[in-house]
Amino acid sequence: MIPISWYLTLSAALFSIGLFGVLTRRNAIAILLGIELMLNAVNVNLAAFWRYGDVNQITGQIFAIIVFAVAAAEVAVGLALVISVYRKKNTVIAEEIDLMKW
Amino acid sequence: MTTENLIWLIPLPPLLAFFLIILFTNRNKALSHSIAVGSALLSWLGSMIVFIQALRVHELGSHPFASSIDWIPTADTWLKIGILVDPFTTVTLFFVAWTVLMIFLYSVGYHNFGQPKGDHDVPGLPPHGATVDEHGHKHHVPSIEPMYSRFFAFIGLFAFGMYTLVVSDNLLTLFVGWEIMGLCSYLLIGFWYAKESARDAAIKAFMTTRVGDVFMLLGIAFLYSATGTLSYREIFTEEVLHTLATVPTGVFGLTAAGLIGLLLFIGAVGKSAQFPLHVWLPDAMEGPTPVSAMIHAATMVSAGVYMVIRMFPLISAGWLEGQPLNPTMTVIAFIGAFTALFAATIAVAQNDIKRVLAYSTISQLGYMMAALGIGAYVAASFHLVTHAFFKALLFLGSGSVIHGMEHGVLHTGEHVDPQNMFNMGGLRKKMPITFWTFLIGGFALSGFPLITAGFWSKDEILADAFGHGQLPVFITLALAAFLTAFYTMRQITLTFLGEPRTKSAEHAQETKWTMTTPLVILSIFAIGYGWVGIPEQFPLLGAISSNWFHEFVGSTLAEIPEALEFSIIPLLTSLLVALGGLFFGWLAYRGIHTAEQDRLQIGVLKNKWYIDEIYNFLFIKPSIWFAEKFTYLFLDKGVIDGILHTFGRVTGTVGHALRNYIDKPVINEFFGDGSAHATQWFGRNLRPIQTGRIQQYMVLTLFFLFLVGGALLFFFRQIGLL
Repeated sequence: MIPISWYLTLSAALFSIGLFGVLTRRNAIAILLGIELMLNAVNVNLAAFWRYGDVNQITGQIFAIIVFAVAAAEVAVGLALVISVYRKKNTVIAEEIDLMKW
Repeated sequence: MTTENLIWLIPLPPLLAFFLIILFTNRNKALSHSIAVGSALLSWLGSMIVFIQALRVHELGSHPFASSIDWIPTADTWLKIGILVDPFTTVTLFFVAWTVLMIFLYSVGYHNFGQPKGDHDVPGLPPHGATVDEHGHKHHVPSIEPMYSRFFAFIGLFAFGMYTLVVSDNLLTLFVGWEIMGLCSYLLIGFWYAKESARDAAIKAFMTTRVGDVFMLLGIAFLYSATGTLSYREIFTEEVLHTLATVPTGVFGLTAAGLIGLLLFIGAVGKSAQFPLHVWLPDAMEGPTPVSAMIHAATMVSAGVYMVIRMFPLISAGWLEGQPLNPTMTVIAFIGAFTALFAATIAVAQNDIKRVLAYSTISQLGYMMAALGIGAYVAASFHLVTHAFFKALLFLGSGSVIHGMEHGVLHTGEHVDPQNMFNMGGLRKKMPITFWTFLIGGFALSGFPLITAGFWSKDEILADAFGHGQLPVFITLALAAFLTAFYTMRQITLTFLGEPRTKSAEHAQETKWTMTTPLVILSIFAIGYGWVGIPEQFPLLGAISSNWFHEFVGSTLAEIPEALEFSIIPLLTSLLVALGGLFFGWLAYRGIHTAEQDRLQIGVLKNKWYIDEIYNFLFIKPSIWFAEKFTYLFLDKGVIDGILHTFGRVTGTVGHALRNYIDKPVINEFFGDGSAHATQWFGRNLRPIQTGRIQQYMVLTLFFLFLVGGALLFFFRQIGLL
């Protein structure tokens, strides 16, 4: 059996890639993609901990499913916002969307 | 209705009249006087029924009408309010009811009811007269009193006070009635309050009687603390009196009974105007004449004597007839006899018709006190009653004279004093009813033998003084009686006899029926009331009378005083002084026309032995000096104001310092403005952080996450949790 640390290393790498994407990309869609990566890194973690814990308890899987659902909803709303902003300002670059700035 | 219930109701109608007039009917003069006179009539009716009932009771002295209810709760007992009608109350109630009713009726005429309103009359001044147009030419006639209703309200309250005092069965309610009368006398003496002399007289009367009242209250308090009750019937039992008479107090070597009696007597000295508190009474003549009659005959001054007579068992506790007087009685006898003579000497030199009567009142009250002091209980009561009748008669008569003179003054337009006897003369023809009734009253006052009431009561006092071996008292009173007869005849001669000395006197007119009727009724009593007290051993007349008064009133006491052995000396003395005084009075004044011819206008008498001046020097000046210099300038302006100003200055300085050094710099500028400025500064300087770039925020978040996470990790490692 593959030791749990491997899963955790994969998950941490995936999370860091996602975080890096979120922090560095200027395109709003790319930022959303980074967020998706971070969420899925979490899911990997959840599944791994379930497998190495009490298998009869399915809480880890359920948590992962909830995260899927939330991620899907979030992407739907996020993409809709991005489209809406694009239609108004003709851009999807994050720092150009600065209506709330003083 | 039982007699007891009726007695409870006797004082109430005048009180009701007072409130009705004050609250509702004061604008309607006719209604106001109808209510007042009606209420007096009701009380009179009640009193007469009680009087008749009392006469029908066998041995009223030991079985009086009495009832009482709990009134004020004290710690574990009650102060009671109650009524008591024993023989002494019965006779008092009789004269109070009659004189009050007569005075009420008389007031209607005295205040010119039915006359037009005056031309220049103002409330607070006597009416000045009105001009009427009659058959084409103008007349000056008397005008109605501007504060007519107010007068009747006040005398109603006054009558309530007297009735309460008379029927009450304890010292507390007696004192309540006593003080109500004190208030009313103040209000009525100052009735014409726009006159400065009336205001001063009102204040003088109130203050002087207050001196006595304080002592009386002390006496009542002492009595209550010594016996635990104020009810007469509970105090006048043998055990209580014996205890009181044996307990020493350490004050002048007096027993408790003696000291209480003395304190109560001082109260009566104020109320009944005995020396040295007599000064208010002559000045009280500033009030309207019915008030003078009310105060000096029917109510207030009688109340003082009434109280002392009522307290006689206490005052005389431990004294037996025939023994030397106890100290309190000696004081009473001395003050009474001295006042009788002292006031009589002043009355001789007074020219104001009412002032002569005022001093004669003081003198006669001294008589009663002296009689009581030597233990002549019945004689004192008898003189109280007869005096009330003839003095009310004399005052109302003098009011009638003044009224007639005022009519003359208005008619002629002369500027003369209508009260000065030297402006009168010859009024017997102008005012016959007033003359004859005044003559009866004057003769009663002088003790004209056999037919007048004053003779019998005065003779009884003299006989008692002689019979008890009190020769100094006897001689003093005999002298006073001589002077009394003398100045009374002087008054009658100057007022009614001879020829008119002024035009006003020529045009004086007899007064209306409302004024003359009371005179006639009172003159009947001034003669007839003496016949109930003729001593049984009196030559000839004694055989046909039974001396009802002595037996009836004497039965009030536990031991009925023995009737005195008849002696010819006091009888001759009283005959001599009365007739001699009257004769010399007539002889000396029949030819006198002006005050200058009167050789008795001696300074010392005219100025009342300078008592007012002495009081002025001894008490009034020092108190004014004390008030002005010490209380006002030193204490008030110097000490109290000084302290207050210092406080003001100190707090001002402290406040100033707080404001300048704490409030303004610290609170306002540092905390108040400072916090606003700091917030503003931070806002302005932190604004650039808000870039609006989400990634920048996130980097910062991560940075702080690591920072805080690292710090927590380090912290928990240190304390060993991780």
